Amino acid sequence: MTSTGAAVAATPAAAPTGGASEDDGARHPSVPGAPPGSSRWRQRLEIALFVTPALTLMAMFVVWPVVSAVRMSFFRWKGFGPMDDFVGLRNYEQVLTDTVFRDAVVHNLTIVGLSIAVQLPLGLLLAVLLNRRIRGRGLLRTIVFVPYVLAEVIAGVVWFQLLQPRSGLIEEILTTVGITPPDQGFLGTPDLALWTVFVVLTWKYLGLAVLLFLAGLQGVPDELYEAAQLDGASWWQTQRSVALPLLGPTIRTWAFLSMIGSLQLFDMVWILTGGGPANATTTMATYLVSQGTQRGNYGIAGAASVVLFVVAFVMALLYQVLVLRRDTADQR
Amino acid sequence: MTTLQEMRPVSDADDPRTPRGRAPRQRGSSFGGGGPLVYGLALAVVALTLGPVVYGALGGFRSNEQLIRDPAGLPDPWVTGNYERVVTNPDFWGYALNSTVIAVITTAIAVIAGVMAAYPLARYQFRLREPLFMVFVLGLLFPVAVAIIPLFILITRDLGLGNTWWGVALPQAAFALPTTVVILRPFLMALPRELEEAAFIDGASRIGVFRHIALPLVAPGLVTVGVLAFVASWNAYLLPLLLLQDDMRTLPLGVADYSTQYSADTAGVLAFTTIAMIPALVLFLAMQRRIVSGLQGAVKG
Repeated sequence: MTSTGAAVAATPAAAPTGGASEDDGARHPSVPGAPPGSSRWRQRLEIALFVTPALTLMAMFVVWPVVSAVRMSFFRWKGFGPMDDFVGLRNYEQVLTDTVFRDAVVHNLTIVGLSIAVQLPLGLLLAVLLNRRIRGRGLLRTIVFVPYVLAEVIAGVVWFQLLQPRSGLIEEILTTVGITPPDQGFLGTPDLALWTVFVVLTWKYLGLAVLLFLAGLQGVPDELYEAAQLDGASWWQTQRSVALPLLGPTIRTWAFLSMIGSLQLFDMVWILTGGGPANATTTMATYLVSQGTQRGNYGIAGAASVVLFVVAFVMALLYQVLVLRRDTADQR
Repeated sequence: MTTLQEMRPVSDADDPRTPRGRAPRQRGSSFGGGGPLVYGLALAVVALTLGPVVYGALGGFRSNEQLIRDPAGLPDPWVTGNYERVVTNPDFWGYALNSTVIAVITTAIAVIAGVMAAYPLARYQFRLREPLFMVFVLGLLFPVAVAIIPLFILITRDLGLGNTWWGVALPQAAFALPTTVVILRPFLMALPRELEEAAFIDGASRIGVFRHIALPLVAPGLVTVGVLAFVASWNAYLLPLLLLQDDMRTLPLGVADYSTQYSADTAGVLAFTTIAMIPALVLFLAMQRRIVSGLQGAVKG
């Protein structure tokens, strides 16, 4: 089997439709997929038994909170007393006209765009390099992946120290090279803060891209390289014309993961800047957390959650329709 | 939908460390080998990647006065006091305990409930099978951030689980379930039908088959999803931030709070952070194959 997608799609063809097979299972106990003597009811009971714990957890801690967020978004509610001050869409109006939130959306989208524009070429370059038969390749691969394993918080605290104005190592290095760091430090200057956060995020997540691309490159059959080599292609030509096109599905899936991650960005920003300076690095997630927990504007937080979800969902859907569908079609 | 089309079980044959076709190439031609440029670049990558980590570890061996005088210097003399203070700090061990217990509970629940749910979705034929699977797939699209405020209210007020291990572990397990089910289902689907049929003929029940045949056979998959759930819980910040206070805090919270509380004590912060990194790094090194193949398996086309 090649993928879940294929498996999912193949199921109806491989087996008769669900209803029919249930009946078959009851009448002919020897049909694969049902133990002898098991009745329809017994099978249903077993399924229920197997699925209940997971569904209960999901219902309680995923579905219910999301539904409450939607409900909350229609009320003015400070977190105590009954939720009865229905305000219709006013919370949405307030969130969508709040320049802080609008900026937050822009920041999220900037990180989405930058990640793909910067981490994709960088990741590809490193993956192609690491795919060569160089000494210490295994060790190199482990090292590249180290930042990804660290908690965002821990990486953030170390970088916060590195980026300290005046006393931090980064400014020290830049000063020796002859670059004057900004007075307020990189994280304290509104024009630079978001870029600085992005640099740290790239440090943290580039390893994942490299790793996934490497896996993709290893799926390229050696014969293809050899054929290209025989035809007189140079190493770079081979990478560009043979390996890269075959990496397509891996790249597209990585970009999707990266996009979803960037839209949910919270930890790193909270640690490095807390959304500041002057809201220069707020994201949708930091906005809704500070509205909800620090200011007690639960209705506003609810509306912001819903907007975050809608943005993520629409982008995921668009991506699925416009980009990933090609892969699914390819697999057929 | 979405990324799941790419998901499939990862066997050891797919392991990144055993690339297919490791046929010996004729003379290490420039094609696969590395010139000085390649090694130079590799070195730069190592320096940039490990730099911050090494800076933190070495910084912990310096005094604050040393750090201010020369941010880029090496420890001179080596000071062990910072690390000693962290290791003898009962708070640190409390955070480590909380992180461990929460990660273990989260992992146990996610893996057990996950494999149970994945089993009928893989091995039974029934009408609601695909719709039910879609529920888990859609679950992937709900980030914790969307649900965080109502979750906070639900856990602290309605369930009275605020500031407890279970209060964090239960929702974390719930959010880990979609990935778990989606990764495990293809593992279970790949089991040969003959094994089950043989067991049925021998009189085994469905549940018996699940426990004694399916579970042992998908053990590698269980380890992969277990490690992913454990690492996610170990590194989690947002949910613990809202739910845990004081001596119930986890390591990431402890590190973050320590660094704001004692911001003047840079050396102490670096020592604390470095020690807090160790468990994740050790786990990663021990489980590298599993984590890597799990992640790669999730994306490979």
